[in-house]
Amino acid sequence: MTDLSAVPPNGTAGCDERPILRERGQREVFCGLTAIVWLHRKMQDAFFLVVGSRTCAHLLQSAAGVMIFAEPRFGTAILGDRDLAGLADANDELDRLCVQLLERRPDVSTLFLVGSCPSEVIKLDLAKAAERLNAQLRPKVRVVNFSGSGIETTFTQGEDNALRALVAEMPQTDTRQLLVVGGVADIVEDQFMRVFDALGIGPVEFLPARRASSLPGVGPGTVMLAAQPFVGDTVRALQARGASLLAAPYPLGAEGTTEWFRAAAEAWGVPRERFDAVTAPLIARAKAGIERHRVRLGGKRLFMLPDSQLEIPLARFLQREAGMELVEIGTPYLDRSMVGTELSWLPASTVVSEGQDVERQLDRLRAAKPDLTVCGLGLANPLEAEGYTTKWSIELVFTPIQGYDQAGDLAELFARPLERRARLAA
Amino acid sequence: MQLTLWTYEGPPHVGAMRVAASLSNVHYVLHAPQGDTYADLLFTMIERQDRRPPVTYTTFQARDLGGDTANLVIRAVTEAYDRFQPDVMLVGESCTAELIQDQPGSLAAGMNLPIPVVPLELPAYTKKENWGAAETLYKLVRALLAPQVPAPGTKREPRPADRKPRANLLGPTTLGFRNRDDVIEIGRLLADLGIEVNTVVPAGASADDIRRMPEADFNIDLYPEAGRTTALWLEKAFGMPFTKTVPMGHGATCDFVREVAALAGVDPAPVLVRREGDRDVAASRAHWYTRSVDANYLTGKRVYVFGDATHALAAARIATEEMGFTLAGLGTYSREFAREIRAAAAHYGVEPLIADDYLEVEKAIAAAAPELVLGTQMERHIAKRLGIACAVISAPMHVQDVPARYSPVYGFEGANVLFDTWVHPLVMGLEEHLLHMFRDDFEFRDDRPASHLGVAPPAPAAAPPEPVVEAPVAESAADVSWAPDAERELRKIPFFVRGKARRNTERFARDRGLAAITVDTLYDAKAHFGR
Repeated sequence: MTDLSAVPPNGTAGCDERPILRERGQREVFCGLTAIVWLHRKMQDAFFLVVGSRTCAHLLQSAAGVMIFAEPRFGTAILGDRDLAGLADANDELDRLCVQLLERRPDVSTLFLVGSCPSEVIKLDLAKAAERLNAQLRPKVRVVNFSGSGIETTFTQGEDNALRALVAEMPQTDTRQLLVVGGVADIVEDQFMRVFDALGIGPVEFLPARRASSLPGVGPGTVMLAAQPFVGDTVRALQARGASLLAAPYPLGAEGTTEWFRAAAEAWGVPRERFDAVTAPLIARAKAGIERHRVRLGGKRLFMLPDSQLEIPLARFLQREAGMELVEIGTPYLDRSMVGTELSWLPASTVVSEGQDVERQLDRLRAAKPDLTVCGLGLANPLEAEGYTTKWSIELVFTPIQGYDQAGDLAELFARPLERRARLAA
Repeated sequence: MQLTLWTYEGPPHVGAMRVAASLSNVHYVLHAPQGDTYADLLFTMIERQDRRPPVTYTTFQARDLGGDTANLVIRAVTEAYDRFQPDVMLVGESCTAELIQDQPGSLAAGMNLPIPVVPLELPAYTKKENWGAAETLYKLVRALLAPQVPAPGTKREPRPADRKPRANLLGPTTLGFRNRDDVIEIGRLLADLGIEVNTVVPAGASADDIRRMPEADFNIDLYPEAGRTTALWLEKAFGMPFTKTVPMGHGATCDFVREVAALAGVDPAPVLVRREGDRDVAASRAHWYTRSVDANYLTGKRVYVFGDATHALAAARIATEEMGFTLAGLGTYSREFAREIRAAAAHYGVEPLIADDYLEVEKAIAAAAPELVLGTQMERHIAKRLGIACAVISAPMHVQDVPARYSPVYGFEGANVLFDTWVHPLVMGLEEHLLHMFRDDFEFRDDRPASHLGVAPPAPAAAPPEPVVEAPVAESAADVSWAPDAERELRKIPFFVRGKARRNTERFARDRGLAAITVDTLYDAKAHFGR
């Protein structure tokens, strides 16, 4: 893969110079494989085959939590002793298994081969495997590979890698178009489309598309809006293909959503009056939705543990629109090119930490005694038992939270634990 | 390389975590990449534990691989010791760390910590969770008891007459199916027999509790998946006998009481009966309920049993001897106990299934077409898809399998719990008759689930009912066709036996070379197959 990190972002580089608390210790976070749990729901014609160990399979099953899907569109090719002993055999085995899988699932048009910690440590070349399988299976099935390994990726970076892998597959186009990058729920996508239509912005494409087989094109006429802060590598890969990124905050809350649409409206030369006419009622509705929860959230002190890279935009929303006080905002990885603007919007008193040393972070948390803690599932119940009110961070990636009509829901996700604690008799 | 959609067991280090999280003041340092910390949520979410499992992960990343990952181990061990001050430390690795061969166990053992350090080598590419739990428990117990092992051939001192007999309970762990309540139930049973529980290992045990294990007269191997390796070693090293009966079900609990009483030298009789008014009755209510005339409808119901070996074996016995069901199949994902399952399957005259492939299990259940599935959460999903009733009897489990109320599956109360939970998903006796008689009555629409299950009926005139109920029908063979009137007649048969009737009739027709099935064929087949 070409190193794209040198390509300067055409986007939101902020000038925030606050000191960042950088931690390197035990990280209590998911690996990138977890992104499969929502990606396979988003792209309904895709199958995600992890090439890894029993641990990978167990992780996916546990993160999917409830085991709701009778036969999911993801699975694990579990490496055995024999695969470790001879890579040649492992390649043959993988090919055999993919063909067998696709025979079972004729509805699958895109097969993602997903690298894991063990497959990367033994240097099993999944790019080569994808090449071999493509020669055999195209055009019926497209085989794409990416890494979701814990040694390379944290949680949502799995989606970034999956989307970046698709960039190479996107056809070339010179059409002037808006490309929304980063998966959002279908209902949010539909709402976005209605607003873009009302503003006269189009054509609008989404990456990922609902069907992995119908990829949008990309080229010099493509203008990008990032819907998620964790798609930095994908954005850079698209920039390398000529697309340009609009500087905008993320569409969380009324303010974030308005500024997000405004970036597109300005690029498309939408008159200010028209923009205001379209957005004013939506803003009013979003604010009304948030207002109900401001009572609960206003003045409450928030501590966020690192999880999804959504932390900076979420903190911005909670502070500016819901009136919360930010104690510490932890993020697994701080990509200034993607969240720089919003980082500069955070109050100077807020500690921003990158990476994690979970024990030390919990020491800080206990010293700070926040009113609300956002953390992963492994920590939530133990902290509740210590008397802290918590919000599961994973819900923030599984729930539609973007856009005007989810702004109230987003505030409610944080207000509910506080509301619940207030309701329950001591 | 094996394709897996769902897995029955996690990797072996998760078994080690289950043991560590069960113990008191024991810490586990795990050399593992970030992401492997997901395992914490098994404990905090499925079992709603109020503490993090006592595990420190090194969470190495790609950038560490070129450098010195071994140093990360030393740092993690040092910090974990300083922060948690454990009495014992377990040190091991997950699948990825196994490949980079840092040997964290030896590294930690060489650090001269003032506590015992137990290195764990759990091969992640050949072994699984339950093996990991058994091996971890064995390694830990052996490490702590090594100084006390008597010289070979030493005779065990007989129990002084003035001391009550004592037993250790072996094997209960966190994330074990109903282990929490089983331990209480068996503890009560032992108390009734006048036997003291010396220690429970690993659940709740400290290092000192483990050191006291030889003070017991014998061991009770409650969960052989986790406990057998240790029980065998204690028998060899200390001459401590252990129980072979798992007290699940009324009959097995009676056998267990007799076995334990014999080992302890006490009288089992007072525990096997209960005084009710002026009469002696069986110690479990389930024993009487299965004899109640109401339970007649349970007779011969076809049941498929799949789970870990311990629970599957016990369930097969209860299903056949106590509920009067017919066993339609028996299987396990516990390869370590494949021999026992094969022997039991031969005894019941069914094909054994030893598999950890969910798809293979699904195929076997579909082919057996049972009326009830007793399985794990995986089988619950299979059964739901096939439209078959199901009760969960074994791990892997879901948060709903960890009820707030007291609900053991072992001992006499466990027998009562099992009776209730297995009967609940079935269409109940009287309701079954009403469905036969009034199948065209709108209140008794046969696509409705059992009324006591509280599932909303499909809205009238809405989309056709969910295909679950009809799923087996879709497997209809193409080589025989149904005459329209035969098809109509088939529709009159209640849904919960319709799939079987269809398959039997088709088999009957095929065996006789009939290309078309008429109403007569249907009834000829019914007469042929009986019931």
